[in-house]
Amino acid sequence: MKKLLLASTALAFSAGMAMADEVKFGVLLGFTGPIESVTPHMADSAEMAWNEINEAGGILGGQMIRSVRADSTCLDSSAAQAAAERLISSDGVAAIMGADCSGVTMSVLQNVAMSAGVPMISPSATSPAFTTTDSGGMFFRTAPSDARQGAVLADIVMSRDISEVAVTYTNNDYGAGFANAFIESFEAAGGTVTTSIPHEDGRGDYSAEAGTLASAGGDSLVILGYTDGGGSMLRTAWELGAFESFFIGDGMYGDELIEAVGEALEGTVGTLPGAEGEGAEAFAALGEAAGVVTASSFTGESYDAAALLALAAHAAGEATPEGIAANILNVANAPGEEILPGQLARALEILSEGGEINYVGATDVELIGPGEAAGTYREYVVEDGEFVTIRFH
Amino acid sequence: MEPLNALVSVTNFMLIPAFAYGSQLALGALGITLIFSILRFAHFAHGDTMALGTAAVIGGTFFLQAQGIGIQPLPTALLALPFGILVMVGYLLAADRLVYRYYRKVKAKPMIFVMASLGVMFVTNGITRLFMGVSETRFEDGQRFIFTVREFRDFTGLAEGMALRSAQAITIITALVVMVILFWFLNRTRAGKSMRAYSDNEDLALLSGINPERVVVITWTITAILLVLAGTLYGLDKGFRPFNYFQLLLPMFAAAILGGLGSPLGAIVGAYVVAFAEMGITFAWRRVLTYLAPEGMEPSSMMQLLPVDYKFAVTFAILVIVLLFRPTGIFKGKVL
Repeated sequence: MKKLLLASTALAFSAGMAMADEVKFGVLLGFTGPIESVTPHMADSAEMAWNEINEAGGILGGQMIRSVRADSTCLDSSAAQAAAERLISSDGVAAIMGADCSGVTMSVLQNVAMSAGVPMISPSATSPAFTTTDSGGMFFRTAPSDARQGAVLADIVMSRDISEVAVTYTNNDYGAGFANAFIESFEAAGGTVTTSIPHEDGRGDYSAEAGTLASAGGDSLVILGYTDGGGSMLRTAWELGAFESFFIGDGMYGDELIEAVGEALEGTVGTLPGAEGEGAEAFAALGEAAGVVTASSFTGESYDAAALLALAAHAAGEATPEGIAANILNVANAPGEEILPGQLARALEILSEGGEINYVGATDVELIGPGEAAGTYREYVVEDGEFVTIRFH
Repeated sequence: MEPLNALVSVTNFMLIPAFAYGSQLALGALGITLIFSILRFAHFAHGDTMALGTAAVIGGTFFLQAQGIGIQPLPTALLALPFGILVMVGYLLAADRLVYRYYRKVKAKPMIFVMASLGVMFVTNGITRLFMGVSETRFEDGQRFIFTVREFRDFTGLAEGMALRSAQAITIITALVVMVILFWFLNRTRAGKSMRAYSDNEDLALLSGINPERVVVITWTITAILLVLAGTLYGLDKGFRPFNYFQLLLPMFAAAILGGLGSPLGAIVGAYVVAFAEMGITFAWRRVLTYLAPEGMEPSSMMQLLPVDYKFAVTFAILVIVLLFRPTGIFKGKVL
């Protein structure tokens, strides 16, 4: 018995030794649950970045990256925490790419990652709450927070010489958070918000809400809601002559809106997260070559999150959680040479030579401290019943 | 001081929507009051039956549209009304045969009737959702506006504009016409008189040779007509969504009780009071008062008694106050 124990310990030890030239990263996404149709593409995109590095000879002089997938379920916090604990204690991952939905991401961060000291980069948690939560430098994200969008939208309104607006938002966390962020930025920039009222989705009649907004006045109406209630609101306000021009957020974007609202939408300006340009094109080309579906939600963000983890480990000189956490901001932001998807080998080379890189990636990554990404937003206007892109922010 | 602008503003944002909404409520409340006075129970399935009737009209509308039949500039739905009414007469009579007739025969207490109608409500709701789903269906076609805000402004040169949608105008006109016909029917025709007699004193009516089953059939038929009209007009004005019809139950009952249950005139008055109270109390008066106030005295607050979210609370408050202080309602109806 003693011999057997000894032998198995030795075996385990040697197995541990064998793994020394291997670094494990966790992929914690909701492979079951409400977003299960999206997560496989996100995971594939993340692993595409690591494969690219492995093909170039790995990080830290030949260490290969191995991906360990775990299920966050998107909804069930206790299941997500158990999965994260398994990743950290039994698989021994150095960092986690995930989680996905804001709720489970927050509980994994606060109950598992922070106490274990393992950094995580979420590709898709957009709740403004992460911006203000002190994660002890353990949480990063490549998807911008909804709060950022409020600031971007405020800039867009201001740039059109509109200084007085009324605001209405859908009555939930998304709408209220977005509205708060918008109002704060807009007022800081010298604008006036005449009133800010919530509206419920699914009502038949919005004339009372439109009447209230009209009574408050303003040059434009900012509607931060969904196609359904926000769209009806916009149409009612226009038909009653309460407002002539409108600004909308990402929740309103969609062809259903144009179909439902029609003529009233003409000239409406809005925001939508999403990058375009060299990085996005390079990423799409990579995906095509590797057989990965990139035309899905948050795939670019996943690739970027995975690449950042590997590059941070390489920059730290050791694939430890502390080293990675401390170096993510360095590799993500300027100064340094700009790195696009497909140039990860080049990035490793620069880092090995002691140089600096500025990871741009598929989604123009710029991290604003732990917990916040600058993100890129598309500014569009509705012209002749179509969304026309004006520029990117 | 610009009283004309104030008047236009208040008409545009409050009076027109409230008048249209009140007319829709009135048609619904009339049905409730008729059933209460003649069949003697509170018909809880009213809102959902309205939704099913509207669904039938929408089905007819889509069929007609597919055939290319229309009555431009009026909405096609008006042409599909008879079909919807037929379906609902059939549905309500079937519900009466299957459910209510038994309870009438055993002379069940009103509360048992109410519970039975609650059951019918759930079934009706399910049928509606089966056909229509829960999301919004818009079936309004034809000319959307009689005049728009911009046209009005250009025409009058006022700073404030006013819009009148076709659906609103049709609602108001139809409601008025239907009310006149209903009163004529109840007061002048033999069938109407027999209904009133049955309502006033069932035993005396039976003694004088009135056939109770005939009265029941006529009541359900009239209710079906009122229901389908109210539902279709509401849907044309605000879009069709089953849940919103269920929510109409509270204001419709509030209107019927406020006016005095069993009194058709009361139902109409009650409906307009409820509609104007809902809109008036949650209306932000700042813009209107700014036009009316003397120079330098413009209000800086919104001048709004309650936020718009509390619309239903207003109705509920009206209902509670009436039940507490004047349970018979304005026109001395029956007590629930």
